[in-house]
Amino acid sequence: MTDSPALDDLLLAHAAGKLDEPVALLVATHLALNRPSRQRYQRYEAVGGMLLEELEPCEMDASALTATLARVERGPNVNGAIGAARTVHGGRPRRWPAPLCHYVPDSLDELRWQGFGGAAEAEVLPEHHGYRTRLIRVRAGRAVPAHTHEGEELTLVLEGSFRDASGHYRRGDIEIADASIDHQPVADPGQDCICLAVTNAPLRLTGPIGRLLNPFVRI
Amino acid sequence: MLDVAANDEAQRHDDIEAVARLRDREAFGRLFRFYAPRVKAYLRRIGAGDDVAEDLAQEVMASVWHRAAQFDRSKASLSTWVYTIARNKRIDSLRREKRPEHEPFDPDADSAEAPRGDRIVEAEKVRAEVQRAIGELPREQAELLRIFYFDEKTHSVIADELGLPLGTVKSRLRLALSKLRVTLGGLAE
Repeated sequence: MTDSPALDDLLLAHAAGKLDEPVALLVATHLALNRPSRQRYQRYEAVGGMLLEELEPCEMDASALTATLARVERGPNVNGAIGAARTVHGGRPRRWPAPLCHYVPDSLDELRWQGFGGAAEAEVLPEHHGYRTRLIRVRAGRAVPAHTHEGEELTLVLEGSFRDASGHYRRGDIEIADASIDHQPVADPGQDCICLAVTNAPLRLTGPIGRLLNPFVRI
Repeated sequence: MLDVAANDEAQRHDDIEAVARLRDREAFGRLFRFYAPRVKAYLRRIGAGDDVAEDLAQEVMASVWHRAAQFDRSKASLSTWVYTIARNKRIDSLRREKRPEHEPFDPDADSAEAPRGDRIVEAEKVRAEVQRAIGELPREQAELLRIFYFDEKTHSVIADELGLPLGTVKSRLRLALSKLRVTLGGLAE
């Protein structure tokens, strides 16, 4: 899926800074791989810039500028955004795009895999606000056992490609599946299919927090 | 009116360049007077108290100084760039999470890159497009858009504050966002 309102909701929410880290990781990695989404996302960030310009200013302390210049003298602060990435690692191009390369090692052997059928999964992030963040590897031509979801699942294809009842997904594509979908993804022959999957737990669905656009959007 | 705004924008681009190349404090002062009170307003809206918002706004402006050389007007307008720094600071400091940032990785990312001059023209076009798209929204939808970008409140809190049913808030915001999408991306709904 590269062109849908549901994907667009995610891009917009990412630009507004409303996604929790696991979903933000998946969306940012999608952006690294997908140029049309990057162009759309650029516009959503520009909306933020324009709204910032139009905000009613809030008075700063009288000494704020002097204080800031003194801060500047003390040197830069480490900032929270991660992404400034080395694209080359030991002379080779990195396997994963930024920001995923900060979360997942190039070598899959360094992850703890748990198998199920022709597929295996490994945790990328510890469970976070009810989200599970995993890498899923499906052997070429093999299927993931049929399953439904308790919550929703976002799946981003990193390598290879797969097909299920809802469509065909290639590198950089995101599948957005909800609890009603009973699907059995099958990897295309020729190459193992590796995906990043983010699932939210039922807790997240029934919690007191209202939700608006997409269940993955923080509101 | 529009010309004045465009001149201001051009002046700010000159200023950030002067900060990047010459560490020009006067130019920085002008940028500070424009952006710091707006960044502070942004952080206040998100729910930071006055002291925290003041402190973080100063930190955002210090980042603007340190990273001035990274600003690339062929990629985004200065306000957009400052917005992203403020947004990331908010996630980092107020929510205590990391903000994963992408870098183009697809094979056509570099080869399909247009010449810099063209990209600057394109970035200015995006700015004009976005300004028009926001300007065309009815007032109450524009307000909800600001809430979406700037407030951490849940929608039921927003509905209470506006004295509207929750469903109305949701459908109005959805309408605003889809209008914006159509104007910006030509994406049919």
